[in-house]
Amino acid sequence: MDAASSISSEKSRIASRRPLQDVGSRPYIPSLLTSSRNPSSSRQYGDRFIPDRSSMDFDMAYYLLTEPRKEKENMAVASPSKEAYRKLLADTLLSNRSRILSFKSKPPAPSEGICNEFSSNVTSAAQTKPARQRRYIPQSAERTLDAPDLVDDYYLNLLDWGSSNVLSIALGNTVYLWDASSGSTSELVTVDDDSGPVTSVSWAPDGRHIAVGLNSSDIQLWDSSSNHLLRTLRGVHQSRVGSLAWNNNILTTGGMDGAIVNNDVRIRSHIVQTYRGHHQEVCGLKWQGSGHQLASGGNDNLLHIWDLSMGSSSNLAHNQNQWLHRFEDHMAAVKALAWCPFQSNLLASGGGGGDRCIKFWNTHTGACLNSVDTGSQVCSLLWNKNERELLSSHGFTQNQLTLWKYPSMVKISELTGHTSRVLFMAQSPDGCTVASAAGDETLRFWNVFGNPETPKPAAKSASLGPFASFNHIR
Amino acid sequence: MASRTISKDIITLKGSAAIVGEFFGYAANSILYNRGVYPEESFAKVKKYGLTMLLTQDDGVKSFIASLTSQLSEWLESGKLQRVVLVIMSKATSEVLERWNFNIETDAEVVEKGVIREKSDKEIMREIQAIMRQIASCITYLPCLDEPCVFDVLAYTDKDVAVPFTWIESDAKLIQNPQMVKLHSFDTKIHKVDTLVSYKNDEWDEQ
Repeated sequence: MDAASSISSEKSRIASRRPLQDVGSRPYIPSLLTSSRNPSSSRQYGDRFIPDRSSMDFDMAYYLLTEPRKEKENMAVASPSKEAYRKLLADTLLSNRSRILSFKSKPPAPSEGICNEFSSNVTSAAQTKPARQRRYIPQSAERTLDAPDLVDDYYLNLLDWGSSNVLSIALGNTVYLWDASSGSTSELVTVDDDSGPVTSVSWAPDGRHIAVGLNSSDIQLWDSSSNHLLRTLRGVHQSRVGSLAWNNNILTTGGMDGAIVNNDVRIRSHIVQTYRGHHQEVCGLKWQGSGHQLASGGNDNLLHIWDLSMGSSSNLAHNQNQWLHRFEDHMAAVKALAWCPFQSNLLASGGGGGDRCIKFWNTHTGACLNSVDTGSQVCSLLWNKNERELLSSHGFTQNQLTLWKYPSMVKISELTGHTSRVLFMAQSPDGCTVASAAGDETLRFWNVFGNPETPKPAAKSASLGPFASFNHIR
Repeated sequence: MASRTISKDIITLKGSAAIVGEFFGYAANSILYNRGVYPEESFAKVKKYGLTMLLTQDDGVKSFIASLTSQLSEWLESGKLQRVVLVIMSKATSEVLERWNFNIETDAEVVEKGVIREKSDKEIMREIQAIMRQIASCITYLPCLDEPCVFDVLAYTDKDVAVPFTWIESDAKLIQNPQMVKLHSFDTKIHKVDTLVSYKNDEWDEQ
């Protein structure tokens, strides 16, 4: 490689080439590396390093080398929005120059026969510790609580974990609160037999107010700090209210009658919008993080995406094309829904026993990005807030929780313990712990999403600070 | 390859894509055999490139490589393929141990205007043969793969390529601080293929 002789022509060619992807985001100087290590003395396979100048991008290397220093100098003046823009720009310019594709169906793994050739202690060590460099994922539940009389009904939503770190769970006619920081349990309300059982619970974003949907079609709003019933929303639905979702002061309710209703809890005539599209029970309901889009799944195997501004007021109910997208790909009821925390228009949805698929949607374009057959009913889905991972909970046959890497959908871990289908999951406010409630009437806590030191302290102080309650004007 | 039978020295875009596609098939087989990803018994000998090459007889692997090469040839014909990477990963931990990099440069003029290039068949075969010999000799310096491994193939394409139904986007599966060895390259005058193997650095035990 005689680079010196034709340096000028070489350089102009290099500029148009792509960087060697292995170099990645850190500067890589081959000559320094080879000289820092004495090949003759240290290693048996101390082979030569032949720098591949033609596939290196020197402009890029220079940028990557000098950028960290410049960054330090500019640290004080850069505003957060500028910083975000710069990151985005760097992302698209530096690493996303090409698209990397791989086959969906992976080649078959070598048969067990070949594994026997390797010493057995190597393989067993590798199996007990599936991720050496990744974080350790405990395989058993951190804590198990009894949940007697938990209604084993796929279409309900009986578990939620609020931003004030209090977990709410409905057991029969009673809603219990479990304070995760102190471990104490209290009873919020027991409804009478005429209106019970409780069919859904959902914390408002403030972590103080809680909405309770009932079998009688009523919805109650409670203040959890004073155990006080604030108001009851009546006449919203014809039958039981199985799903609830908050979007600021809007409480969206989904009923067995197939209607989805936006209720503004501040005003007297609370019904502000109605979305019509489902003709059977609405069992999954989730607002996008930004609050612009609502995903709803029903027992009619449909998944709808609604726009906040697109619902009709209740007297113009017969407009049929109100949904932004209608997905008919699931073959069973769609209950498990989860909006991706790091990609705003990415939705994961899971189908029931006849479908068993997790599907990924771009709700902006309406494209199905991926579909994975899990082999079991998908009851619930949660994204990891800290890593690109998805957790799904399943029913027959293993009643397990499965942790998937996104987007490769490689199974990272399977957590077993529940002896009946894992109906509901909820994530702690710090995003690290997951609570799961199953038909076996237990509530289990899994430390599946990593250690609690990763989340941003800013978010914590905002919700737990002494003056947090003064931020809400009601 | 049909076009090459007409006149020996003329190469069309289609013919070149076929040569390169076929090369990937044989190279992948050779890597899988030489690195012991699949058991030795599952390979059979064939004559190719003036060498004895080994081809897998495992139906699953065979169909994977067949569908791979057909898709690659299609991309090669449209000039949208930038790179193909065969990744060898640990079966237990999915840690990437080796990346076999095939960088592809396509002559844009040929794709756009359909110009025909000339290069003798023999010469191309000789270049490919040199690469195949090198792949076989790599076992002398690559670290031993002492655990069961699996492989995957990544295709780097232009941004504007529509993702085929059977493909998904993947991460790059990079190796942190890799060792790299550049191998021979070959050139059909339309597609130039540079080969490079990068592998996981052994821990610096004694300094």
